[in-house]
Amino acid sequence: MSEQAKTEQPNPPDGPNAAPAPRKAVASLSAYLPTVTLAIASIVLALLVGAVLIIVSNDDALSKFSYFFSAPLDGIKAGLNAVGDAYWALLKGSVGSGAALRGTLEKAAPLICGGLGVSLAFRAGLFNIGAQGQLIAGATAAAYVGFTWNLPVVLHLLAALVAAMVAGGIWGGIVGLLKAQTGAHEVILTIMLNYVALQILRWLLNLNAFQAPGSDNPTSPLVDSDARFPQLFGVHLGFYVALLAAVGVWWLLSRTTLGFEMRAVGANPDAARTAGMSVAKAYVLAMVVAGLLAGLAGAQQIVGHQDPLTDGIAGSIGFDSITVALLGRATPSGTVLAALLFGALQSGGIQMQAATGTPLSLSTVLQALIVLFIAAPALVRSIVRIRSQDGAGTVLAKGWNA
Amino acid sequence: MQLEIRGLTKRFGSLTANDSIDLTVEPAEIHCLLGENGAGKSTLMNMLYGLLDPDDGEILLEGKPVHFKTPGDAIDAGIGMVHQHFMLVPVFTVAENVMLGREQTRGVGVLNRAKAADLVRELSQRYGLAVDSNALIEDLPVGVQQRVEIIKALANDAKILILDEPTAVLTPQEIDELMDIMRSLRDNGTSIVFITHKLKEVRAIADRITVIRRGKVVGTTTRHASETELAEMMVGRNVQLTVDKAAAKPGEVVLGVEHITVVDERGVTVVDDVSFEVQAGEIFAIAGVQGNGQTELIKSLLGLVRPAAGVISLVGKDISRHGPRESLGDGIGYIPEDRSHDGFVGSFSVAENLVLDLYRDEPFSSGFSLSLAQVGNNAGQRIQEFDIRTQSAYTPVSSLSGGNQQKVVVARELSRPLRLLIASQPTRGLDVGSIEFVHKRIVDQRDKGTAVVIVSTELDEVFGLADRIAVMFAGRIVGVVDPGISREDIGLLMAGAQVGAHSDRSRAESHRTEDPSTRPDRGAGHE
Repeated sequence: MSEQAKTEQPNPPDGPNAAPAPRKAVASLSAYLPTVTLAIASIVLALLVGAVLIIVSNDDALSKFSYFFSAPLDGIKAGLNAVGDAYWALLKGSVGSGAALRGTLEKAAPLICGGLGVSLAFRAGLFNIGAQGQLIAGATAAAYVGFTWNLPVVLHLLAALVAAMVAGGIWGGIVGLLKAQTGAHEVILTIMLNYVALQILRWLLNLNAFQAPGSDNPTSPLVDSDARFPQLFGVHLGFYVALLAAVGVWWLLSRTTLGFEMRAVGANPDAARTAGMSVAKAYVLAMVVAGLLAGLAGAQQIVGHQDPLTDGIAGSIGFDSITVALLGRATPSGTVLAALLFGALQSGGIQMQAATGTPLSLSTVLQALIVLFIAAPALVRSIVRIRSQDGAGTVLAKGWNA
Repeated sequence: MQLEIRGLTKRFGSLTANDSIDLTVEPAEIHCLLGENGAGKSTLMNMLYGLLDPDDGEILLEGKPVHFKTPGDAIDAGIGMVHQHFMLVPVFTVAENVMLGREQTRGVGVLNRAKAADLVRELSQRYGLAVDSNALIEDLPVGVQQRVEIIKALANDAKILILDEPTAVLTPQEIDELMDIMRSLRDNGTSIVFITHKLKEVRAIADRITVIRRGKVVGTTTRHASETELAEMMVGRNVQLTVDKAAAKPGEVVLGVEHITVVDERGVTVVDDVSFEVQAGEIFAIAGVQGNGQTELIKSLLGLVRPAAGVISLVGKDISRHGPRESLGDGIGYIPEDRSHDGFVGSFSVAENLVLDLYRDEPFSSGFSLSLAQVGNNAGQRIQEFDIRTQSAYTPVSSLSGGNQQKVVVARELSRPLRLLIASQPTRGLDVGSIEFVHKRIVDQRDKGTAVVIVSTELDEVFGLADRIAVMFAGRIVGVVDPGISREDIGLLMAGAQVGAHSDRSRAESHRTEDPSTRPDRGAGHE
């Protein structure tokens, strides 16, 4: 119906000479307002649902709720206490101290990179479920360069990062090529390549070349210390690299001809083709850059931690990246903010478990709930009554319609 | 049945699409609703059909207030609607389509096809709607499919029939037939609301005419009003209905098309051995009913579709193997037939769409980076030059009206030096004022020495612009004629008959695997 409504609108009365420059800022701000409101409302709703879960999992509160009708205040007080304690611990554990903040930022770093990869693909009209596989490819390459090569200090780190980005880029590029050449759907391709990447990693970890010396475990040696991220203002360099990547993606999308092509192809491939753009080129390059960013996230896992390469190296970062991109509305700045939120939830969740005994899984539940609300904007709107606006939720629908 | 609308109002946000509309449709009258695109005709009808909820005002049937929540309520109350885009299942028969949604069964869930077929037969006899109840929809010409839609509405006992721009997809002959059907329905007591923006049709058939402009009723008149009067009421100012142009001064041959054949993905030959030449400084119009290969022919000229055989040349250079990018670079301007599908990116701003095929050239890009300042400058100039009504250069094109969206496309394509301009349905869905503007620009372009190819299903447009007219039927050019030809003759050519002196009988009579005019979905406009 909105389509109908639109075509029937008479011309706006404004003349053509309305000054464009100042209006732009106002227009873009007000355009983002519903999106921001939606994101905040989703987070608040998720915290409310989480509160119920905290109460249910808290023995003290639960026992007091058992005589709720004789002394309701007891139950409510205990419940509020439990929720307050848990969320306070979550907050303290994520931003309450230098160490907590550092944990948050370092957890956020790979999510930023992976989320950017998914966001960029979204903008080109591709639903990239393959961040996980691209990340594994990147982590594998970074680790191999990190523990086998011997290079001078700065060079070694650079080589590991470049190797990771190349590997991730190739892994993503395969998808772009197959999609452009054969029309295969990128969702299927990326999901399958996730499995391929994981199984290749498992096979590699059975080879002597990838195993720590003197061990039969499927675990690699640690990377050389000169291939690790150094600390800068209390956080490892990887976080700054991630921010730099976000700026780079922003620049690519909004200030370059290639970004213009990618966005045009993503929004209307037919019009893009008619305007002389190569849809195939946009698909391939978008997937290469997306893979490159996810590969960088993989490198973060290797050179940002004291951990060896194992088949669990990617954790769920590849999939969390999709969530982060959705929450960030596929914009670079939104992706960074969403990744920071997720980093805080993950980092603070550990503290919450230690301090209050609330299981760590609660922060995972919170993440999932946030995304669920984001993906169902109509639901959130009906609860908090945000003025209806087109566009919310289209990011999610887009990939499947491509 | 009498229908009365009192003070009906519908707002979308700050915009009032219908501002307290009053309208009375008497029993057994053909009431025309005339207005430009975006005037609010469809909004009004959608409220009447239960698709939109009015903010204010009421609808009365036979003097009793009614409230429709869904189209189902409207149908039950005796209102039938024939949409511009048919709501038929192509692989079902006529009878099956008519019973769709109200299936009659024998015993447990067994469809009673015979009864549906009887119903179709009875209705088609009573109202003179000739149609074979056992034919598959996909095998029927568009005009007959429309009849099926009307039968469907009548089968639901519609006393008031709404026809939304019913003539857009029809040949002149089919339009005449539709008008006969409308008269016979009226004489049998059905009221008809006929929505259109075509002045000729209104004057041919209407008992009464209500003109809507910017969501308000500007007046009610009869068919005795002149076309100029009606146009003035619609647009609100004096409009020039005929295109003002001097005689063409054709120069060298710019576009050469030799024996072009295009085969679509299903292996059907949609363009069949077509040859023609277009000279600099002339407008060559390709007329024909939608779906006779015009779309594919034009796409092959631009390189969007690769011809299976034949040669296309631009000023002597073979461009048959070129893609759209090279073709645009060679100085071909292209206004696609379906602008929202191929012409612009809806979510992009006006400024971005104005450089959609120019962004890679100076001054908009220097190598890899895009100059937003230049893109903004360009937008400022074009918006002024082409009088594009938009809130700002950074408004998404999807929120503009159809006429202004088309102006964006036209402005972009005319903003660089051209050798050849290809415009497909350049004024489809546009209002009288915008048509005047676009036509003027096209003639200006011709006078600058550009070769112009126009594809149009609109005879007024073809006659108004063309210096030479080619008629396409079933993938072939069945005749190239002078614009002095009569409407009847060109109508016959469009229906596949042979009258033109230039046509090639032996070719046109050869065996055809499929009649493209039977394909209902082909390129129907999205207005």
